[in-house]
Amino acid sequence: MSVAVDVKTLVIDGINVSARADQTVLEVARENNIAIPTLCHLDGLSDVGACRMCLVEVKNSPKLFPSCVLKVEEGMEVTTASPRLKHYRQTILELLFAERNHICSVCVSNGHCELQSTAQSQGLTHVCLPYRNPSLPIDASHERFVLDQNRCILCTRCVRVCAEIEGAHVWDVMGRGIDSLVITDLHDPWGESSCTRCGKCVQVCPTGALSDKSKFGSDHPKYPETVSYLNMMREER
Amino acid sequence: MPTYPMPPLPSDDKRWKIVNGTMRRHGFARNALIETLHTVQSSFGFLDDVAIRFVAKSLHVPLSQAFGVATFYNHFSLKPAGKHTCTICLGTACYIKGADNLMAAAEKRLKIKAGHTTPDGNISLMTARCVGACGRAPVILEDNELVGLVEPQVMLEQLERWAAHD
Amino acid sequence: MTSEELVQVAETVTAERQAADFEVNVCVALGCLSQHSDKLKDALCAEAVASGRNCRVRGTGCMGLCAAGPLVRVGKPAEAAAQTLYAGVHEADAREVIESLGNKPVERLEAHLDTYFHGQIPIVLENSGYIDPEKIDEYISRDGYQALIHALTEMDPQSVIDQIAKSGLRGRGGGGYPTGLKWSTVAKAVGTQKYVICNADEGDPGAFMDRSVLESDPQRVIEGMAIAGYAVGASKGYIYVRAEYPLAVTRMTSSLQQARRRGLLGNNICGTTFAFDIEIRLGAGAFVCGEETALIASIEGMRGQPRPRPPYPAVSGLWGAPTLINNVETYANVPTILRKGAEWFAGIGTEKSKGTKVFALTGKITNTGLVEIPMGMTLREIIFSIGGGVPNGRKFKAVQTGGPSGGCIPEEHLDLPISYEALIEVGSMMGSGGMIVMDDTSCMVNVARFFMEFCMTESCGKCIPCRAGTAQMYQLLTKICDGRATHADLELLIDLCDVVKNTSLCGLGMTAPNPVLSTLRYFKHEYMEHIEHQHCRAGVCACGRKPANELALAGVTA
Repeated sequence: MSVAVDVKTLVIDGINVSARADQTVLEVARENNIAIPTLCHLDGLSDVGACRMCLVEVKNSPKLFPSCVLKVEEGMEVTTASPRLKHYRQTILELLFAERNHICSVCVSNGHCELQSTAQSQGLTHVCLPYRNPSLPIDASHERFVLDQNRCILCTRCVRVCAEIEGAHVWDVMGRGIDSLVITDLHDPWGESSCTRCGKCVQVCPTGALSDKSKFGSDHPKYPETVSYLNMMREER
Repeated sequence: MPTYPMPPLPSDDKRWKIVNGTMRRHGFARNALIETLHTVQSSFGFLDDVAIRFVAKSLHVPLSQAFGVATFYNHFSLKPAGKHTCTICLGTACYIKGADNLMAAAEKRLKIKAGHTTPDGNISLMTARCVGACGRAPVILEDNELVGLVEPQVMLEQLERWAAHD
Repeated sequence: MTSEELVQVAETVTAERQAADFEVNVCVALGCLSQHSDKLKDALCAEAVASGRNCRVRGTGCMGLCAAGPLVRVGKPAEAAAQTLYAGVHEADAREVIESLGNKPVERLEAHLDTYFHGQIPIVLENSGYIDPEKIDEYISRDGYQALIHALTEMDPQSVIDQIAKSGLRGRGGGGYPTGLKWSTVAKAVGTQKYVICNADEGDPGAFMDRSVLESDPQRVIEGMAIAGYAVGASKGYIYVRAEYPLAVTRMTSSLQQARRRGLLGNNICGTTFAFDIEIRLGAGAFVCGEETALIASIEGMRGQPRPRPPYPAVSGLWGAPTLINNVETYANVPTILRKGAEWFAGIGTEKSKGTKVFALTGKITNTGLVEIPMGMTLREIIFSIGGGVPNGRKFKAVQTGGPSGGCIPEEHLDLPISYEALIEVGSMMGSGGMIVMDDTSCMVNVARFFMEFCMTESCGKCIPCRAGTAQMYQLLTKICDGRATHADLELLIDLCDVVKNTSLCGLGMTAPNPVLSTLRYFKHEYMEHIEHQHCRAGVCACGRKPANELALAGVTA
C-alpha cells in the first residue's frame, strides 16, 4: 500500500500531535498553540537556525536542536520549555542587549520591537553582562529609510528577504564574528546602492535597525506577514 | 559558459587577463569567487572596489555577496600592503615560545598596531594564525620567507634593514 | 596502469637507486626548507659531482624532527635502517658529509635519536623522508597505488567499506567518527552525483601533521581519496587546503598532474569503468572553515558559515549532494589498511581507538617535531621518552591537545594511555594532533585567554552564543589576567561556558569553552590567585606580582 502523504505522530510537551513528514517541529508546535520564541525565523523566508532561541530538547539526545530547521520524526519526544532552556534563552537575549546599543526609550520601534517583546515574554528583567558600548554608525543616505547598526541583531532577515523574495540581493553581511555588519553592495551608502526601494527589509526587520523615515515621531508597527503571502503567490506561479 | 553580458576588463593592465583566466578555467561558475579573489590578491596585492566589482559582475554574483566573501576571510586585504611585510605567527606553539614578545617589540619599533602599514607605506605588520612550522617556533615571515627560532633582536635587525632601504 | 606495470615501475626505480653506491637524502619540507635545505641540497650535489663518487643526492619529505633541521640521511640505498641521520647540516658542511660516505660518520653532525624513533609506528608517515615527494614513481616503488588497483579490480565497493569498518579507523581530524560508518552512509545516500572532500584546512594552531603529509607524501592522499571515491560512488574529489600552505599546494598540484599522466586519475582508471578526478580548492584564512558545513560553503564560493546539522553532509552536502568529508590523515591511512589488511591495523592501538595517530609535538619540549605513535601509548612516554622531556631544567606543567577545542592535561594524568575516549574523560580531546607542552613559565589563565581570543576572532558571527559569548568570555578572562576580577566574574564566566557550549550552532562555539573548563578543572588555584591576590605565579600576566611568602601569610591554599 503506497503512502500518498507521509504523516508522522510525535509528542511535544507531553501533547500528542500529528505532522506532515516535511514539517519542522516549530511549525507543528505553532499549529498546536505551543509557543517557542524565535528571532531569526520568519514565515516565508528560508531558515538558518542562527539565533538559537528556538532550541528544544529531544528525548534520548544530549544535544539541543533548533526547532525551526528540525524536521519531525515518528515517535519523537520534544520538550520546548524547561528551566534550562529558559536560562539559555534569557542569556542569549542578555548577550544581544549587551552586544550593541539597544536603548528602547529613544528608539522608533519602541513598543513594536520583537527583541523587546521576546525579552518580555521570556521574563527578562536584568542584563547581568557588561555592556560593550561599541561605536557603530547610522546610514541615513536613503531617501526613505534609515539603517542604525546600533540596533541590529544580525538576524539576516533583511539579507534573506532581499535575496529570496525581492531577488535583488542588495544586502549581505561583511566582516566576521562580532564585528560583522549588514551592508549594501560594496559597503556603499544605502541611498547610492542598487536598492530597489521596495521596503521589504524594513518590514521584516525585528528591531529598529531598519526603519521608515516617515515614521519618526510616531508609531512604527511592521507587517512582516506579507512575506509569506508573497512567497505563496510566487510558488503558485 | 555565461549567457549574460560580460563586463569589459577594467584596464589594459595585463594582470586582468590572468584574473579573467582563472574565471574562464572555472567556466565562470559562481563558486569560482574565492579562487578568483585569490588570483586578484596575488596579482595586485589587495582587492579594491574595481576588482571586486569586475569579478562579481563577471561571475554574476551580487555585489554585496562578493563583498561579504572578500571581507570574511583573513587572507584577502582591501588595503594595499607595504613594500615589505613582516608576519608574526601567533599560533599556540609560537605563543608559548614568546611570539607575544616579538609582536610587542615589532609594534613598539614600527609604532603601528598589527594589521596596519607604516605611514610611509614601507612596512606592513601582520599576524598569522599558524603557518604550520611549529617545529621551528617562534616563526615569522619576512616577505613570505619563513624564519624560525626567531629572537626579537634578529627580527628588529631585519626591520631596520628594510627601514634603511627607504 | 595495471598491477604488473606498477611492479615494473617499482623495479626500475629501485634498480636506479641501488645503482648508486650511496644516497644522500635531504629533507625539503617546510621546516628544513626555511633553513635553506634547498641550497644545501645543491651544495651536496656539487660536492658529490666534484668528488667523483657514485652517490645520488635527492630531496625527500619530512623526517620528523623539525627542531633539529636541516636533516640529512646518508648511507647505502639497500640498508635504509642502517643509514646515518645528520642534524643541523648547513651548506658549509657539504664536503665533509660527502667525504664521510662509506667512512666514519661526521660526529658533530650525528643525531642520536634512537629514543625519538623508538616506539613510533610509521603508517601515515611510512614514506615521509624516504621518497622524493615530487616523483610519483618513487611512491609507486614503495607499494604505492597497489591498494587502489587491488580495490578496483578485485573488490567491490562494499568490500572496501567493510575493510575500513573492520579496521576500526576513526576520523583523524578530531571528531573520531567511525570512518567505515561514514563511508557506508554516503554510499547508501541517494544521489547520482557524489563528492569526496579532503579537509586539509588544518586550522588548529600548533598542528602541522597534514601539511607535512601533503608536502612529503602527497600521492598517498590521492590514492586514499580515489579508494574512497570508488567505495562511496563519487566521481569528483576536492582537496581544500588552507592558503597558508603554498608549498603543499604546489606539491599537490604537480602530484595530481603526475597521477593523471599515469592514468591513476581521470576516466577509466586502471582500465576499469571507474572515473575519478580531484581538484584543489584554496582556503583563505578562516579557522571555522575546518568545520564540515563551513568548508562546503567555502567550496561553494560563499562565506564560510556553518549550517545546522541535520541534514549531515553525508546525505546532503556540497551543492546538496551526498558528500564524504575526511581529514588528510584519515585518507593517508587507507592505502596501507587495504594493503596490509584490516586485522593488521586493528591489531594496533586500544580496543576502541585502533591504529596510530600523528602528533605534532611542540612547545617546551626538547625534541620538537612530528611523531606517529600507536594509540594506547602513554603521554609520559611521548613527552619524556620520545620527546626528550622539558628543556632548560624547567618543570612540566601541562600538555595541551585538541587545539582551541581541547584542554590542558596536568602531570597527574601523564600515565594516561592515549585514546579518543580517554582524552575526553580528562577534559580534553584528540583533536587533529597538536600536542603543546607547557612548563612552569606558562600561566594557565593566560593560556585559556589566548584560546578564547582565537575563538572570538575566528567566530563566523552567525549564531549569537558564539559571536557575543566568546567576546564576553574573553573580556572576563582579560579582567582575571589583569587582576581586576571578582568571584562574581568567575561565576559568570562559568555560566557563560555552559550556555555557549550547549547552544552554539557548530563545533567552534561548542568547544570554545573547553580550554577554560579544563584549566578551571586542574588549575583553579591559579584563577583564585589572580582574583584574590592579583598574583600570577608564572609571572606572565599584567596583574601585580606578589612574592610567594606574602601569599603564604594570606593563607592561600594551592
